[in-house]
Amino acid sequence: MEGDIVQMGAYIGAGLACTGMGGAAVGVGHVVGNFISGALRNPSAAASQTATMFIGIAFAEALGIFSFLVALLLMFAV
Amino acid sequence: MAEEAGTGLVFHPMEPFKIHSLFSGEPISWYEFFVPTNTTLWMAIGVLAIALLMVVGTLRRAIVPGRVQSVAELAYGFIHKMVEDVAGKDGLVYFPYIFTLFLFIVFSNFLGLIPGAFTPTSHIAVTAVMAMGVFVGVTALGFMKHGSHFLGLFWVSAAPLALRPILAVIEVISYFVRPVSHSIRLAGNMMAGHAVMEVFAAFAPLILFSFVGVIVTPLSVLAIVAMYALEILVAFVQAYVFTILTCVYLKDALHPGH
Repeated sequence: MEGDIVQMGAYIGAGLACTGMGGAAVGVGHVVGNFISGALRNPSAAASQTATMFIGIAFAEALGIFSFLVALLLMFAV
Repeated sequence: MAEEAGTGLVFHPMEPFKIHSLFSGEPISWYEFFVPTNTTLWMAIGVLAIALLMVVGTLRRAIVPGRVQSVAELAYGFIHKMVEDVAGKDGLVYFPYIFTLFLFIVFSNFLGLIPGAFTPTSHIAVTAVMAMGVFVGVTALGFMKHGSHFLGLFWVSAAPLALRPILAVIEVISYFVRPVSHSIRLAGNMMAGHAVMEVFAAFAPLILFSFVGVIVTPLSVLAIVAMYALEILVAFVQAYVFTILTCVYLKDALHPGH
């Protein structure tokens, strides 16, 4: 047994922060799922909207990245 | 990486991301910026590969392109169309910078997939410089083109008046968070994928030490193959996302109206 209770808290917090990535997964899945359902209704318009889908993915993913950032900060900076 | 200890395997999945001097193998200090390291080596290889592709590809300028020329033209046309579609016609002035960014990221990502290679883009220090360059450049450009009107980006005129101050706060926060998410998205994706492969790679030799390895070893080898295939996709998609977000930020600077 080494380290102290602060470090233990930081590690637990880092693990908890990773649950935020689940939210990002839901968000990205939602974006892509809606894109696919739209694309299947109107396939001719799908190709022109692929870039928009990727921008949407990137913005949805950004919030997951912040949880990753918090986890990194807790692991290495606190 | 994985070395045998008394009770089993001792490994650290972050081991391949360590930066060390190319010749002595020692870790370097922050002031030793002149020492060649593994990251500078792979950046140089990436830049050389890009130069080779572009110089050799455009050497003959054949009307019916060969293989190398096709790849060079395809990459050029792909990014050219992206800049034109997302940032508009007047964004094409900044196309060389965006194309450079894309090629550097895509080559770093793909060269990093070679076993034993180093991925420069897996370090936040590398991606943060690129993201800060985009952020500072785009902000300066917005103020140069539109002066104080650029601040209208934060004042959403389509929203009801009572809501605008609250939205302005959110817009300012989301604007300044851009370089953070821009850089960590790329670095995090590259690092996490490689680290997952390292974790599976550490499980792979379990068959040498324990009976459980009969099940675990084939599974982890399969998992490495699957992760590798995913990483090939991710390497391209992340370069694409970084580039398209650069175009989006450029569009905001050129046309700040909501």
